[in-house]
Formats: sequence, structure tokens, C-alpha cells
Amino acid sequence: MNRLKQFITDFGWPRIIIALFLISLFFAAPFVDVRIDTSFSDLFNRFGMNAVLVLAMVPMVQSGCGLNFGLPLGVIAGLLGSTLSIEMGMTGTAGFAMAIAIACLFAMVLGYGYGKLLNRVKGDEMMIATYVGFSSVAFMSILWLLLPFKSPTMVWGFAGKGLRTTISLEGFWSHILNDFLAFRIGENFVFPTGMILFFAVICLLVWSFMHTKTGTALTAVGSNPEFARASGIDVNRMRTISVVFSTMLGAVGILVYQQSFGFIQLYNAPFYMAFPAVAAILLGGASVNKASMVNVIVGTLLFQGILTMTPSVINSVLKTDMSEVIRIIVSNGMILYALTRRTKVSK
Amino acid sequence: MNQSKTTRFLINNAVTILFVILSIMSIPLSGYSLPYLFQEILTRLGRNMFLVLSLLIPIIAGMGLNFGIVLGAMAGQIGLILVSDWNILGMQGILLAAIIGTPISVFLGWICGSVMNRAKGREMVTSYILGFFIDGLYQLVVLYLMGSLIPVLNRALVLSRGYGIRNAVNLVGIRQVLDNLLPLQIAGVRIPLATYLVIAALCLFIVWFRKTKLGQDLRAVGQDMGTAEAAGIPVERTRIIAIIISTVLACYGQIIFLQNLGTLNTYNSHTQTGMFAIAALLIGGASVVKATIPNAFIGVILFHLLFIVSPMAGKELVGSAQIGEYFRQFISFGIIAVALVLHAWRRRNEAEQSRSLLRGGGARQEGQSRTAGIKED
Repeated sequence: MNRLKQFITDFGWPRIIIALFLISLFFAAPFVDVRIDTSFSDLFNRFGMNAVLVLAMVPMVQSGCGLNFGLPLGVIAGLLGSTLSIEMGMTGTAGFAMAIAIACLFAMVLGYGYGKLLNRVKGDEMMIATYVGFSSVAFMSILWLLLPFKSPTMVWGFAGKGLRTTISLEGFWSHILNDFLAFRIGENFVFPTGMILFFAVICLLVWSFMHTKTGTALTAVGSNPEFARASGIDVNRMRTISVVFSTMLGAVGILVYQQSFGFIQLYNAPFYMAFPAVAAILLGGASVNKASMVNVIVGTLLFQGILTMTPSVINSVLKTDMSEVIRIIVSNGMILYALTRRTKVSK
Repeated sequence: MNQSKTTRFLINNAVTILFVILSIMSIPLSGYSLPYLFQEILTRLGRNMFLVLSLLIPIIAGMGLNFGIVLGAMAGQIGLILVSDWNILGMQGILLAAIIGTPISVFLGWICGSVMNRAKGREMVTSYILGFFIDGLYQLVVLYLMGSLIPVLNRALVLSRGYGIRNAVNLVGIRQVLDNLLPLQIAGVRIPLATYLVIAALCLFIVWFRKTKLGQDLRAVGQDMGTAEAAGIPVERTRIIAIIISTVLACYGQIIFLQNLGTLNTYNSHTQTGMFAIAALLIGGASVVKATIPNAFIGVILFHLLFIVSPMAGKELVGSAQIGEYFRQFISFGIIAVALVLHAWRRRNEAEQSRSLLRGGGARQEGQSRTAGIKED
């Protein structure tokens, strides 16, 4: 009994409630004519789309920089990568690889500056990150209009300049990861093998990085900066590394998202990209300064599960679309819960 | 000394000065006439000033910029929806909306204050997220419960599916009622005198409030929670009261804002409230720890001047009004980011200096006197 209690406190009530809610949705699905196989197919697809973005939280959380509300910065690097790659006329795998390369380059530069900034504002990272993210999105909106892009698939047809709000990836690298080794079971279930594999590889990369000397030092900085400094770790350098790494992951994350979605979304689209990712990793059991791969996987599955199942199941039961409201309440409720947890924050 | 005083003035007011320059540059570019701009500014001052002033009290209490004023805004909107449903017109409508909004905003303010007490040191980000969370609940109530559980008589307010409030509510019954209560027109410029009187009353209230026992307690809490606690001030309770006052004021502020506009965007009107009010206050030279009524006043004028001018200036300058719009967006986000960074920076410098003093430093005399100067302000 005590062990059960301990488990519940460790796991946290909100998580248990949401997990139970999700399970009950799956059980309820057949009774309201929602196909389980389609739901699972959707779930895996969404999982693959978002998991890397969620993963982008891990390095910064581990190094004590807090939740990465500045994710839009990484997203911008990703957008630059994909638009420039299209501008160069690259398609297919080469185009996707080029997009990743360019995106990582931009992410490194942006992440470096961002990391330097965050080092000067220790303790206030989250709020500042939010607004740095927002203002850079607004700034990029100006640039999207002004940058001299030429590719006819991307610029507005009638004006001949300025990028469109959504750019189709059809004919470039739409679904390039999704379709790689994808297999179909039955009529409605498709498993996006390539995308999941890609996530697994990146996950492995992050995991092994976290277990190198640098990665361990990074975690030490997050757990106790004073102690880390005393043992000769350059705290600021470690924090900068983690921010650069997070930003790069964010850039790759949005590219994975785009290829599955099939479109590049510019202008205001990156504004609220950070919130679902933050909510997902917290849902997976991370706290403000502790996060692991398991948190990422569990959190993304739970969060995307809710997003997949509520529109179909709840709508069939109540005959209304409440999914948006549920999404807002669940995701922000989760962030609030993490911010206000008094105990075990410094676990 | 004299020279350093000027430098300090320039540094402390860099943001405001930058905005003055920016506005002066873009006014001729936009091609608007001065009387037109003057009229617009007067209108917008009446529309927004109350909301901006509602931010002041939590700043005194050391709780930073209260992004939670959106909670008050939502409470005000619920009041307005109900009033327009019951078809109560004129000043009675506005007063009734305020009366309905008050208990809701007291309750929400209490929640906000309690949540912030659990997240000391990160009040801002917490109140910011809380705004989104309560927005979800607000949508649940307005979009699903109103018209189904909560009776709505006026079918024109309800979505065609039978429940939930429409996207736009026409506040025709109370449109500019307060603004036109005491009509005043000088040389073709309309002045919403009654609104200004309400704002002046609020200013007086804030000045008076600072001098009361509670106001002094708030300031003590804002300076140092530990010391305040030791001096017998109930810190948590005082902080909650500060947030409740702010939320209630924001509720009234939103009602004033919307009676001027005349239409309520049920699901959008409140979302930008907090950000615009905060950006305006910061542009007026306020910081996270210090804000005055003149800050609010100057800030609203400058921010909204840029609001009016920038789309046209953008169009003239680069041939696209959209760029001006994005530029304005960039400015409002950027200004908050810069203000937060400056604040964090300054605080960290102070902490480092006090630490180096502890270590028997004293090597950084010059820096130390600068810190003292900041505290003096």
C-alpha cells in the first residue's frame, strides 16, 4: 500500500488522471464507431512528427536552463534550412539532408547567441526565452517578406516576391521519412517506420551524448551549479552547449514535422510551437530541471494520444468538437503543475 | 557628477527615448495629419489607460509584471456577455457588467495569487501560463456551457448550433456610453471626459493606496519577503490581495476598453490584453520592479502612436503595410524581452557584487556605487 502511495506521489496525480483518461478513450472508441487501427496509425504518425521537438527540451532542462520556451528559435533555423534547400532546387533525400545541414548551421549560430544571452539572465530564463522566441518570430516574419527568394513554388504568384504562408513540399521531400520502409497492416494502419527510426537514432544520439564526459558535466551543472563550479566545470560553457544542442534539435524537429505534414508553415506558425512540446515532456514526468528519454517518449505518446483521441471519441459522444479546449486545458494545466510543484523540484 | 547624472538618465530611459525618436521619424512618413493623430491618441488613452494602471500594484508588491490581468479581462467579458443577453442598456449595463465581473475577478485573482505563492521567484511565467489555462476554462464556459447549462435568452448571441456564444458580440447597447456620458468637444476634438474622470479617480486611488497600511505592507513585501515576514506582515495574504486588486481593476479596465470599441470578440479580445498593457507600461520607462503613473501615461501614448503610425509608415517605406504590422509585433514582443533581460542583468550584477563584498572584495567600489544609485531611484 505504501509502495503504491509512493508510486503515485512520484508519478504525480495529473499524469495518472490523464493516462487513465486516455486509456478510457481507447476503450470507449469501438462503442462510438471510431476505428482503433486508424487511431493508432494517427497516434504513431503524430508521435513521430512531434517527438524530436519534444526531445529538444532535454539538454536545456538537464543543464538547468529551464523549459525551452525559446523553441521557436530552433524552428526558425529549421524553416531557413528547408526554404534555402528548396531555393537551391534540391529535392528528395538530398534536399532533406541539405535542409538539415543548413538548419543545423543556423541553429548553431542562433543557439550560441541565445545561450550567451541566457547565461546573463540566470533564474529568469523561461519568461525571457518566451519573449525572445516571440520577437524573433515577428522579426523573421519581416524577413520572409523581404528576403530575395526566387523559387516560384515559394514566392507569392502575383507579387513575385515575399514567401507564401504555406509552402507545399510535394515534389521535394514530402513524406520522405514516413514512407521509408513503411508497412501497412490491414486497411487503415500504416506504420511510419522511417520516421520512428529517425527519432530512435536521434534519441540514441542524445542519450549517448548525455553519457559522455560533456553530457555528465552538463547534468551536474543542472543539478547543482555551485558544486559543478567547485569541481572545475565551466558552468557557462556547459549551459551554452546545452542551448546550442537544444536549438539544433528544435531545427531538426521542425524538419521532421514538415516532411510528415507536407507543408512548410511560415510567418506566425512557429509562435506557439513551444507550448505543446513543453507540455508533452512535463506530462511524461519531467520536472523543471530533470528530463530523460523516457519522459520524452511517454510524454509525447500521452499528449499526442489525447490530441488524437479526443476529437474522434469525444465528438462522437457529445456531438461537439471540444478537442481544442481540452488541449488548451491539459497542456497549460500540465505546465502550471510543473511550475508550482514545491516538493521534489530539485530531485 | 553632472555628466554621470545625464548619462544615467539616458541609460535608465533608453527605451522611452528610442520610442520617441522612432515615433518622430515615422509620423511624417505615415502622412497622417496632426489633429487626426491627436484625436486618435486621446481615444486610445481613454481606452487603454485603465488596463495599464491595473498592472501597477503587483509591481509594488515585487511580483513583477502581472500577465494574469487577462483573467480580469475574461471576467469583465463574461459580465458584458450576460448584460447584452439581458439587454440592459446604457450606464446601467456597464455598471451591472462591472458588478457581475467583480466577484468572478476576485475569485480568479485569488486563484492567481495562490498559484503565484506556490511559484515564488517565477511569478511572471506562472501568471502567463495561468492566463492560457484559464482561457481554456473560459472557452469551456462560453463556447459550450452558455446556452446549454447557463441560459442565454437572446438567440442572436448564440451560435447557430444552439449553444455557445458567437464569435463577435455587438455591444450596441453600451457602445461608448461612458465616453459620451459627459460630452466635451474642443476645436473639433472629442474628449471622453467621463472615462478620463474614472481614470483620474483610479490614479488618486493608487496614490492613496500606496500610503495606507496595506500599501506600505505591500512595499515591504516587495523589498524583501523574509524581512517582511519577520516584521509580522502576512506575506502570502498580502501578495494575494495585491493580485486580487489588480485582477478586479483589469476587469473594469476591459469593460472600459470594450465599451469604447463597441464589439466584443468573444474568443480574442482578451488574449492580447496582458501583452499590450505590459508592453505599453515598459515603453513608458517602467521596469519589472518599479512603475509609476507617469510611466503608464507616457507608455500608452508612445505605444499607441506607433500602433497607429507603423502600418502606414511601413507601407510608405517599403511598400507593404504588412511589414509595418509585423514590425509593430516585433517591437511589442521585443520590448518585453529587452526589459526582462535588463532586469535580470541588473539583479544578477547586484547579487554578484554583494557576494564579492562578502568575500572581502571591495575591489569593485565603482560598480558598487552604481548599484547604490539604482537603488536610490
